[in-house]
Amino acid sequence: MKVGSNLEKVLTSGYFAATGELGPPKSADPGVIRHKASLLKGYVDAVNITDNQTAIVRMSSISVGIMLLQLGLEPTIQMTCRDRNRLAIQSDLLGAAAHGVKNLLCLTGDHQRFGNHPTARGVYDLDSIQLIQMVKTMRDEKKFACGEEMDVEPRFFIGAAENPFADPFDYRPYRLAKKIAAGADFIQTQLIYNVPKFKEFMKRVCDLGLHEKCYILAGVGPIKSVGMARYMQTSVPGMDVPEEIVARLKGVPKDQVRKEGIKQCADIISEIREIPGVAGVHVMAIEWEEAVPEILELAGLLPRPKV
Amino acid sequence: MIKAQQKPIAEIKALIAPYHRILILGCGTCVTISFAGGEKEVGLLASSLRIASAMEGQDKIFAEATVQRQCEWEFIDAVAEQIQQADAVLSLACGIGVQALAERYPDKVVLPGVNTTFLGMAVEHGVLVERCRACGDCILGLTGGVCPIARCAKNLLNGPCGGSQNGKCEVNPELDCAWQLIYDRLARLGQLDRLAALMPYKDWSKDYDGGPRKIVREDLRL
Repeated sequence: MKVGSNLEKVLTSGYFAATGELGPPKSADPGVIRHKASLLKGYVDAVNITDNQTAIVRMSSISVGIMLLQLGLEPTIQMTCRDRNRLAIQSDLLGAAAHGVKNLLCLTGDHQRFGNHPTARGVYDLDSIQLIQMVKTMRDEKKFACGEEMDVEPRFFIGAAENPFADPFDYRPYRLAKKIAAGADFIQTQLIYNVPKFKEFMKRVCDLGLHEKCYILAGVGPIKSVGMARYMQTSVPGMDVPEEIVARLKGVPKDQVRKEGIKQCADIISEIREIPGVAGVHVMAIEWEEAVPEILELAGLLPRPKV
Repeated sequence: MIKAQQKPIAEIKALIAPYHRILILGCGTCVTISFAGGEKEVGLLASSLRIASAMEGQDKIFAEATVQRQCEWEFIDAVAEQIQQADAVLSLACGIGVQALAERYPDKVVLPGVNTTFLGMAVEHGVLVERCRACGDCILGLTGGVCPIARCAKNLLNGPCGGSQNGKCEVNPELDCAWQLIYDRLARLGQLDRLAALMPYKDWSKDYDGGPRKIVREDLRL
């Protein structure tokens, strides 16, 4: 056990993990957090809190993480390289650890061009792999990126992301290996709708033995409408949404689409659970947090284990 | 070479508005190659500005000249007299040329007529692309001769981001993903194993972050 977070305990105990996600508001309103937290509490092993997701300014991930701790949920804070240099990242992580945050997802971050401040300067002092390496060095060697030592190290269960559907496809498993070599303890993937392609990716991952060095959580998420499915299929870089996913939603009456989206997500989870090497699912239902309990119930993942 | 683009005419007109006698000064090197500030562009811009000035009932006087290189004193001094006669010099050189003028002629107003855009090359006629960021610590030897600093929108050092699809960059689908190019090149060279190595944190102090840079070659100093 590296840090003893709930997520780490669930995974090391051999349970199939289920994590959720909470998108902070574009405001200073703590009520939004309390509401969303109440929808997820008790249904997931940990809750990711996005860090200025899609490069749109929102309440900070770490501050929301602290609120979740106070509300009795386990946060996984996200940290991108887009907005902070190595000084700011390390400083924020010391603070997060001091407040009791134990899970961290290391990301490069969506390019600022896609967000609401497209003329901002992107930092990218480090990339996500270097960020992982830096956090591991802080935790395991008690050293800052510059090599200086510290008295009390921040202890994080280190997460990383991977998109099995981005190109070059052949390189993706090796890139995952690189993240694990840098220090990733767990992986949360991009949203998976193309299960056969993900299966192929996981086969390669297992051939490299990576599933034994790291816990791989498959990213899943319910689709609310046919329009959203189409949008994700055509306009979101790095997304792979096969036609049958859209067709299933199109095949039900309009007022049934949301229900079908929830069922579809649960079915994808059931399929994914059968794939060797997958240690859990990460349910991303941004702005639809209330769907999470139903999805997990349908997928047979409730109640969550007490570890 | 240094690539530049002429500023919008409205911006140029606003810059020169307070001045009467204006010297439009081109440069015969990089900006000539990139069709932004050579002799031809000086002539075209002067014509446009003369017409605009006449139409707006002004009597501005535009002189034209082009030196071989605006970034060297000797070449600028070749047009010293014309510079002295002007109220302002509208330089169509890169930012280096503009500053060379300002430094050489401290009492003269010098205005930029182009935006210095990047270090790059023409991949086809009329299509210029960025190739170098002058980061001060070249890693092309590790990346198959393709620069992820200049050509990846997030200057990633350890492989492609999750937005690389069909070989294109998510930030600008008209551009190739640098890491796809690196991957393809290393595959061709039989050096894919290089991608397994973790690239260390970059020393940005050799880039702009270390402050303005200076090279002193003691062996060459007089």
